[in-house]
Amino acid sequence: MYVNHKRIAFETIVIKEVRRFSRIWVQTLVPPAITIALYFVIFGNLVGRRVGEMGGFQYMEFIVPGLIMMSVIQNSYSNVVSSFFSQKFQRSIEELLVSPVPNYVILTGFVVGGMARGLSVGAIVTTLSLFFADIQIAHPVITLAVILLTSVVFSLAGFINAVFADSFDDISIVPTFVLTPLIYLGGVFYSTQMLPPFWQTVSALNPIFYMVNTFRYGFLGSSDVDVIWAFILLGTFAVSLYVGCIWLLRHGTGIRF
Amino acid sequence: MPGLLFLAFCSGTHGFQTSFAIHQALAPYCRRPYMRDEPAKTENRMKIAISIKDLRKTYENGFEALKGICLEVEQGDFFALLGPNGAGKSTTIGVISTLVNRSSGEVEVFGRNVDNHVYVTKLDLGVVPQEINFNLFERVEDIVITQAGYYGLPRPLAQERSDKYLQQLGLWDKRKDRSRSLSGGMKRRLMIARALVHEPRLLILDEPTAGVDIELRRSMWDFLIELNRQGTTIILTTHYLEEAEQLCRNIAIIDNGAIVENTSMKSLLAEVDSQVFVLDISKSDLKKAVLCLEKFNARSLDDHSIEVTVKRADGINAVFVQLDKVGVVVIGMRNKTNRLEQLFINKLATDK
Repeated sequence: MYVNHKRIAFETIVIKEVRRFSRIWVQTLVPPAITIALYFVIFGNLVGRRVGEMGGFQYMEFIVPGLIMMSVIQNSYSNVVSSFFSQKFQRSIEELLVSPVPNYVILTGFVVGGMARGLSVGAIVTTLSLFFADIQIAHPVITLAVILLTSVVFSLAGFINAVFADSFDDISIVPTFVLTPLIYLGGVFYSTQMLPPFWQTVSALNPIFYMVNTFRYGFLGSSDVDVIWAFILLGTFAVSLYVGCIWLLRHGTGIRF
Repeated sequence: MPGLLFLAFCSGTHGFQTSFAIHQALAPYCRRPYMRDEPAKTENRMKIAISIKDLRKTYENGFEALKGICLEVEQGDFFALLGPNGAGKSTTIGVISTLVNRSSGEVEVFGRNVDNHVYVTKLDLGVVPQEINFNLFERVEDIVITQAGYYGLPRPLAQERSDKYLQQLGLWDKRKDRSRSLSGGMKRRLMIARALVHEPRLLILDEPTAGVDIELRRSMWDFLIELNRQGTTIILTTHYLEEAEQLCRNIAIIDNGAIVENTSMKSLLAEVDSQVFVLDISKSDLKKAVLCLEKFNARSLDDHSIEVTVKRADGINAVFVQLDKVGVVVIGMRNKTNRLEQLFINKLATDK
């Protein structure tokens, strides 16, 4: 397949993905915005006033990066998992599989689709946060890099979930029982320095902890983790998951029989 | 972020325009906007649209769906692949279209091995599956245009092809509708339009007229005959044996994962020893007709029709000669069963 054809195929997949979540914006873009707005009102505003400072910042300022990151993670993941699985379920994925589109183009198309939704919701949440906090970005490049990498990682993770899923239950189990606890325990609402040493060590095993804290570093210039180490970890995750997804596609796991 | 998305869309549109210009420039040099620069093995092999050698498929549950089938379909052929439910027709199609991983064997499309030339062979293939497999929430036109995009067709060309096939298949008025609102027959036609949008040289149709009313079925036949006349090789699986008899020049019958017959339709039909006809005659002539056609095992079906079995050697004229002698007028006549249907049942019975 020629480069130009691959590019058109890639654009087609991305446009289809963006069109999908835009068409159902009431289900995809509005609910996360409302949820996060509630977090801002309840945790940031009402509870936050009593908490005072966290990690040297006003509590509202402290939780904003975490909440943005939470929305990006959840939406990147859920876009790919729901889109790919519903195409599997309706068998419309066969449209792609019979066509000459290479596996890496298929995967990249879905990942970019996931990123588009994750970052769109992230942008909405960031805009909303402006109503509640005075946001300054200390390190824009780091902020952008970490949010893009995180979005890639969770889009890929969503893809793997969709490949193995056999029912709609299977695509909600991971977000409910794995993703949400990891996000909540990843330091979105608190600094791990508040935890006893044992729980600080346990937190260090949570990859989302690095993402949230590196993103917070980008915003506030202060973090609980080593930023370089966090980027190495994120890059390793992204590459490993990408290779894993390509392997699954090549073997037709869950899609070819 | 909306700005980013807008940029993404704009770059997409620009890309379509650029690649369309390239295709326009190449158009005089190739029949379709693809260049197949990978040579086939030999010129002779190119005359074979599809070649399957010792194809085997055993599913994970141990079910052996294909037991080493061999098949060749010539370029330009209209080929019928028949078989009872679960015989292996759809698995064969699945393997050709790469939707099913084969256990062993070899598949070549226009002389090119599907493993070594995966992208080129896929460009030559169009597949209309048995089950509806498009997104029911998308618009008819978007489904066809998106499929064109997967084959690398630039947007203006994709739009042109979509318009062309939606018009030809009678879906033009429905192009802006959501696909879920289409009737069963329309959904089948949409799948044909989608499979044709990249103008493949080989079209595989897996029961395309299942559940389609007779009028629509006949219009689809006309469409497929015309498509084949223009040079597209067609492989058809169907349960309507009349359809296979009307459309196809060559035939293979698959049963229990093995090919039990592979010949031309003509020579297969020549194997029919006898045919059963139903003659409509007036009530007053019924007894007279049964008596004079004793040689043809005549028996009355009701008070205005009789059934006769005519051997190939005798010919149907012999029946009319007898009836003419006794002054019986035949009002109408039809085959009791389709000729191919009789053969099909016989072949499967022999195989068992």
